[in-house]
Amino acid sequence: MSRESQISIGDVVQRTAQFEEELHGERMTINIGPSHPATHGVLRLKVELDGEVVTRCEPVVGYLHRGDEKIAENMTYNQFIPYTDRLDYIGPIHNNVTFSLAAEKLASLEVPPRCQAIRVICCELARLQSHLLGLGVYGMDTGAMTVFMYTFTEREKIYSLMEMLTGARFTTSYTRIGGVARDVPEGWLGKVLAFLDGLEPVVEEIDQMLTRNRIFCDRTIGCGVISREDAISYGLTGPNLRASGVALDLRRDRPYSGYERYEFDVPIGSRGDCYDRWLVRMEEVRQSISIIRQAVEKMPEGLWYNDEARKIYVPPKSKVLTSMEELIQNFMLVTEGPQLPEGEVYFEAENPKGLLGFYIVSKGGGVPYRLKIRSPSFCNLSILPKLLKGVMVADIPVILGSLDFVLGECDR
Amino acid sequence: MISAEQIREHVLHARPDAGLELISNLCPSCQDSLLVAAEDAVEVARLLRDDPELRLDYCSNVTGVDWPERPVRTPPGSAPAGQRMRAEVAARPGCFEVVYHLFSMSLKHGPVVLRMRTENRSDRVRLPSLTPIWHSAEFQEREVFDLYGIRFDGHPDLRRLLMWEEFEGHPMRKDYLPPAEDDVREPFAAARNRMVQ
Repeated sequence: MSRESQISIGDVVQRTAQFEEELHGERMTINIGPSHPATHGVLRLKVELDGEVVTRCEPVVGYLHRGDEKIAENMTYNQFIPYTDRLDYIGPIHNNVTFSLAAEKLASLEVPPRCQAIRVICCELARLQSHLLGLGVYGMDTGAMTVFMYTFTEREKIYSLMEMLTGARFTTSYTRIGGVARDVPEGWLGKVLAFLDGLEPVVEEIDQMLTRNRIFCDRTIGCGVISREDAISYGLTGPNLRASGVALDLRRDRPYSGYERYEFDVPIGSRGDCYDRWLVRMEEVRQSISIIRQAVEKMPEGLWYNDEARKIYVPPKSKVLTSMEELIQNFMLVTEGPQLPEGEVYFEAENPKGLLGFYIVSKGGGVPYRLKIRSPSFCNLSILPKLLKGVMVADIPVILGSLDFVLGECDR
Repeated sequence: MISAEQIREHVLHARPDAGLELISNLCPSCQDSLLVAAEDAVEVARLLRDDPELRLDYCSNVTGVDWPERPVRTPPGSAPAGQRMRAEVAARPGCFEVVYHLFSMSLKHGPVVLRMRTENRSDRVRLPSLTPIWHSAEFQEREVFDLYGIRFDGHPDLRRLLMWEEFEGHPMRKDYLPPAEDDVREPFAAARNRMVQ
């Protein structure tokens, strides 16, 4: 025996609506990181999902916080230089240069042209280091393993160059307030040029592998779009800002360390998506190669430190061991630190990841009263809650890879 | 390049009653700064951002500075010996300072240094948040709150950022002392207990 029951249309509509509400009602909160291959460090993301779509994202930083700013208040300026290595540890030597430039601006001190050219080569090598890694892991995040192998091999050669120049591969600590620690070693500039000759075909090869790769393009074009207004309002800098169409490059706009003497282009993007960020970094690698070539070609003769800054730069060892005045000077500098005047300074330089700024409040003497590090990765990450809202979970690694941040600098 | 003095006059022209004071900087290659009164800060900041001649649309850096109480030193010889002693004892009240470094992307000038001061270092440490004007201040003001304990009114999400939630105190203050070693043996105990529950 069968029984028939009547179901009205109204019932069905109501039950469907209720069913859909229940489906939408439940959102899932998942946790990405702090130890996750796609976050490139110890970034943690609290992500609220509706199905596969991100509805809310909250970045949690601070897992690598070491209190660098507090540490800086208890040591001399030169003693702090090794700590700057640990900020953006992908291209450490650029942090050394930026910090020295900030302190020199406070002291109104100029360094000789040779020192400036050496610093420019260091900065651009750091940019190559950073961008090669950035591009490689970005490729890996989108599923292209091979690129990483190529870029990492080239990066390794920069480490060898750094080892020749500074004695250390990662933790360079090469600059001093008022100069660099020592002149470039014999034959080093030739080795840099030889490295660039080898790098250029590799860059073209990477370009051919990914830039017109259909899978890569599908994955990145139109993904993670940052508008020009948002990029400025959220304080983005570096390649991420330029990819959104803002042509801000401090090397050109507020030149320091003699950058006005070199010719280079500032690439900018048009849409501000992940693909543009890839293109901008690719082009910046080429521009860096060109800048290093120019700097090596025009390398001036002379000293690699300001020899008039007697209260700031340590005199050469040969003089310290033979003359009384230099011995006293050396002793005072090592015990008391470089004597910088009273005042406050804010200096920004174009680091590989964006603008690295140092704000120094000095009461005079060898120790900063307050030292604040404005790190580009920290500011670039602040756009994540807005940027990740509404994207698919699978796009998160792509967007994170395209932003290219480093947590050592973010957390300080 | 506009000097801080010119900006001050420009702002006072538009808002004659705004509290804006010029703070000189001893470093010759750097800028002077503008000290803005807390109650006028949001108005002045909006003016700095939207004014067609200034257009300071980019807030690059936000940071705190701690100025503990310090004795006021009278220049030698300006007062009799007995009074000088008394003047040294009279302490100048300490304060926290928040410093903003502003740039203009469209007009390409800067930095313009804007600062605010709290009334003291203990209970009156509230300042208006400038996050509604510049989004980039959101994380940085959170960091200043975390490390200095300055409370920003109008900030959308004022929580600790670099330190963990259970952390006590504000470590960048000049008088911060880390807890005795016995207490930090298990710094995350409270967090773990909460997770177990």
